[in-house]
Amino acid sequence: MIGTLPRGRPPVVAKAAPTGTETVLELRGLVVEYRLGERCVRAVDGVDLRIASSEIVGLAGESGCGKSTIANAVLQVLRPPAHIAAGSILFQGQDLAGKTSEELRRYRWRNVSMVFQSAMNALNPVMRVGDQFVDMMRAHERVSKRHALRVAGELLELVGIDPNRVRAYPHQLSGGMRQRVIIAMALALRPELVILDEPTTALDVVVQREILQQIKELQQELRFSVLFITHDLSLLLELADRVAIMYAGELVETASAAELAVNPRHPYTQGLLRSFPPLHGPLTRLTGITGSPPDLADPPPGCRFHPRCPHCVPDESPLHLRQTTERPMLREVAPEHRVACHLVSGGEA
Amino acid sequence: MSTALEVRGLSKRFAVGSALRRAHVHAADDVSFELKPGTITALVGESGSGKTTVARLIARLHEPSAGSVLFDGEDVARARRRRDLLRYRSQVQMIFQDPFGSLNPVKTIRHHLERPLRVHRIVPRAEVEERVYELLRTVGLVPPEHVAAKYPHELSGGQRQRVAIARALAVEPKVVLADEPTSMLDVSIRIGILNLMLKLKEERGLALLYVTHDLASARYVADEMLVMYAGQIVERGPTEEVLQNPLHPYTRLLLSAVPDPERGLDLDGAGRLPRPVVSAAATEVDGCRFVARCPVAIERCGVEPPALEEARPQQSARCHVTAPRPWRASA
Repeated sequence: MIGTLPRGRPPVVAKAAPTGTETVLELRGLVVEYRLGERCVRAVDGVDLRIASSEIVGLAGESGCGKSTIANAVLQVLRPPAHIAAGSILFQGQDLAGKTSEELRRYRWRNVSMVFQSAMNALNPVMRVGDQFVDMMRAHERVSKRHALRVAGELLELVGIDPNRVRAYPHQLSGGMRQRVIIAMALALRPELVILDEPTTALDVVVQREILQQIKELQQELRFSVLFITHDLSLLLELADRVAIMYAGELVETASAAELAVNPRHPYTQGLLRSFPPLHGPLTRLTGITGSPPDLADPPPGCRFHPRCPHCVPDESPLHLRQTTERPMLREVAPEHRVACHLVSGGEA
Repeated sequence: MSTALEVRGLSKRFAVGSALRRAHVHAADDVSFELKPGTITALVGESGSGKTTVARLIARLHEPSAGSVLFDGEDVARARRRRDLLRYRSQVQMIFQDPFGSLNPVKTIRHHLERPLRVHRIVPRAEVEERVYELLRTVGLVPPEHVAAKYPHELSGGQRQRVAIARALAVEPKVVLADEPTSMLDVSIRIGILNLMLKLKEERGLALLYVTHDLASARYVADEMLVMYAGQIVERGPTEEVLQNPLHPYTRLLLSAVPDPERGLDLDGAGRLPRPVVSAAATEVDGCRFVARCPVAIERCGVEPPALEEARPQQSARCHVTAPRPWRASA
């Protein structure tokens, strides 16, 4: 039973592992499909991803690339017609596929919690904030109402809100405060992994920065792992330890944030990084990425990025043939730096 | 340089609370600036700073409480007659933040672009179709015959925003007010919209007001910058000056909030932002509205409201500390 798994198991094999930490979550060849009559859309197509304990992993990509579908799959809240067609999701080494719905109910929120996009609208408008904490905690643990309210107050204080606000209704809080309330709720049961799905997109820069600082502080204090999903790569490079770039259902590049900032290898990552005008230094006319993401019901053959890739020149060369017919695989080009691109060479085993 | 549109002492108060405990939010307070042809002016600030209210006041979507909007030497803030409003709206157009909500889901793209052409009688009826295609080509939606027949849900967010821009351009306006036109779009397509704004400025000599909270994109497109806080313009000047040598502590605060991969998220004292005071525009204050969040406030800031003073050539700020009033002999 997942709910009673020992937490913080001593890292027996820690010294052997290169990163020196145990794995909290692992995706192995995950495929998620949406079956719509005859059509079949592969929103996530063969994704391998590992999140170590107290690590912040960023997942970046455009709308519709499958980032949120991954989050929903990890939380096991995919709804038909979406379903996991292949691959597995392992939480602390245990496959989620064999779990009963009762085990999954415990697993959600207690082991993995999630802050959704526009989560600030997820609060019940006619219930006091504190009561919503009580509801959530009593659904998972045998605690008294009084105890739950006290914990709620402590959690609000943790995210920088006056504990007396447990008596407030959601409309009495600003958007940024509501988002903090949701983050506090996500931390209430001390989960090992918190998934943050675009937690700051609806907020403006100053509030966004405060919340990111808060998340980082809390993460350093409580040592939970984070899967941070966003389309804003500049934000991830600041916050995350490791970043995975997703395009049309596939991971195209994974590397440490520090490495990715200075040495992006995939043309898509380079395009994403070129989409931000700089705040300092010389200004040049930027190009961004031309075109739009493919229809996942009918993805382009070969490299899925090739119709938009500036390096894919239609000619008779064998390279172009490879780009348009052979699917590139994610392979290591430097230590802990993986790229799926026919153009990138080096570091091959 | 000539002026396309001038805003003078524009104010808007919204009443809040019940009839017995009436209070007012100063969403815009004595805002003055000019929009020049062939110039992009950025209006930046946090949510709730009043920047959208200013754009909506200019577009005549709100009635100002005080002040005037001068267009062609006439005060349009008081225009009432349909004919006057129609003429004004054919010259001043607005692009909204949400490209999903600003297009009618049951009408084709063709319909959206034909309507302004017909209502304002821009071209003879026979030429309407050709003009629709031309507009679509201008905003980079090709092939136009194909796009015109589509419905909004068949287009991506970036394409929809381009339709909204084409619609604004249909009436051949002199002034375009763009209210966060890229904030709901993916990062990868934002730059395309920004480049389109630059192209319209250069090719058509449009006067653009770009309302945003994204300083980096404002730097990319804008020539002039206005920084708003709690309904007031707290700093103004050429974009590059304001961003590289900000005068007002609030501009510095905004700058420090922008994600910067090179700097990283520092968690020690220096990078911490002061806690915001909710709705500074709603509270009646004697002094500077920013005083509660200000790291450099002096005693005077709490008692006397600062005026917008020119501290460097063309660059002004509303701050007793960084842009003090010039010393006068009589004082």
